[in-house]
Amino acid sequence: MNIWIYIAVMAIVTYLIRMLPMTFLRKEIKNKTLRSFLAYVPYVTLTVMTFPAILDATRSIYSALAGFATALIMSYFKKSMILVALVSCAVVFITELIIIH
Amino acid sequence: MDNTLNSDIFKKDNAFIAGLRDGLPIALGYFAVSFSLGIQAKEVGMTAFQAAVMSFTNLTSAGEFGALAIIGTGGSYFSIALSQLIINLRYCLMSFALSQKIKPETPTHHRLLMSYGITDEIFGVSIGQKYPLSPFYTYGALLLTVPGWTAGTAIGVLAGSILPDSVTSALNLALYGMFTAVFIPKSREDLRICAAVITSMIASFAATHLPYIKDVAGGTRIIILTVLISLIFAIIKPIDNEPANETDTDHTNATEQNRQKEEI
Repeated sequence: MNIWIYIAVMAIVTYLIRMLPMTFLRKEIKNKTLRSFLAYVPYVTLTVMTFPAILDATRSIYSALAGFATALIMSYFKKSMILVALVSCAVVFITELIIIH
Repeated sequence: MDNTLNSDIFKKDNAFIAGLRDGLPIALGYFAVSFSLGIQAKEVGMTAFQAAVMSFTNLTSAGEFGALAIIGTGGSYFSIALSQLIINLRYCLMSFALSQKIKPETPTHHRLLMSYGITDEIFGVSIGQKYPLSPFYTYGALLLTVPGWTAGTAIGVLAGSILPDSVTSALNLALYGMFTAVFIPKSREDLRICAAVITSMIASFAATHLPYIKDVAGGTRIIILTVLISLIFAIIKPIDNEPANETDTDHTNATEQNRQKEEI
């Protein structure tokens, strides 16, 4: 098995997935249900990817919970993505300093 | 209308700069996330150059993580292709959504280039722009995010083993923190999205723990849940503004969003 072939296969499949709808769909979609579906997809998929996977992302579920709570509160107050990400990471780091010896 | 040329050029510059501005925080986040990706790439025997090429050509966190797991066990090329198809199928939905966000007359070469930049985060900020989305917004965002993602992966391979576990553990939360910063603010603005987000959390938690269902691979679970929940909400709670529904909401939200960006 060759790593370069692995990379090429990944890149081609991933690009085709991204390119085909964007390039060949030229008309506006009129169907209300389909439009609504597309409006929901990004938020639903990001939520599903985040939860509950976030709880297993760190060395302890408690540090993950602390980090997630931080992200939820900061996002509610509409802080920028990078600020949310960095402060949440910092909270995980500090929590683990306290609970993991 | 007689000023089309000038106003188009003006818009092009504006869109490019807006893309750069929105791309900067994403690029910093990507750097942190791809760093931990680089650590894993090293574990499956990739060189820094190979890992950088992988990140440059794929530009996808979940897809690359998934692929590394397969490469690590010497899986077939077919299983790599299938894993990417499943894990990244959401980009197909995003591409579909973005095709409605650009002008119908947008030329093919712009579509081919913009497609490369469909990631969760770039999609997240793009969908927040008002209609029509300019290709130059995407190019502005890509100019910083692609080098951030690529360099982070390479440096992760080179330097990852130096970092203590405490730091890599904390960095692992970065990606999820960014995701949260996309779906929570939108939930605050729109109760229908809020209901869908809460439903998604409950369903996703259940799907991860219920017998039989929990054995479904992570990437597949994400696709099934996304399609089911979005479809159910599209039917029972349609987001039913006039033809260009995103245009309307975006116009009303545009000023507010700009104000938020100024605050940051």
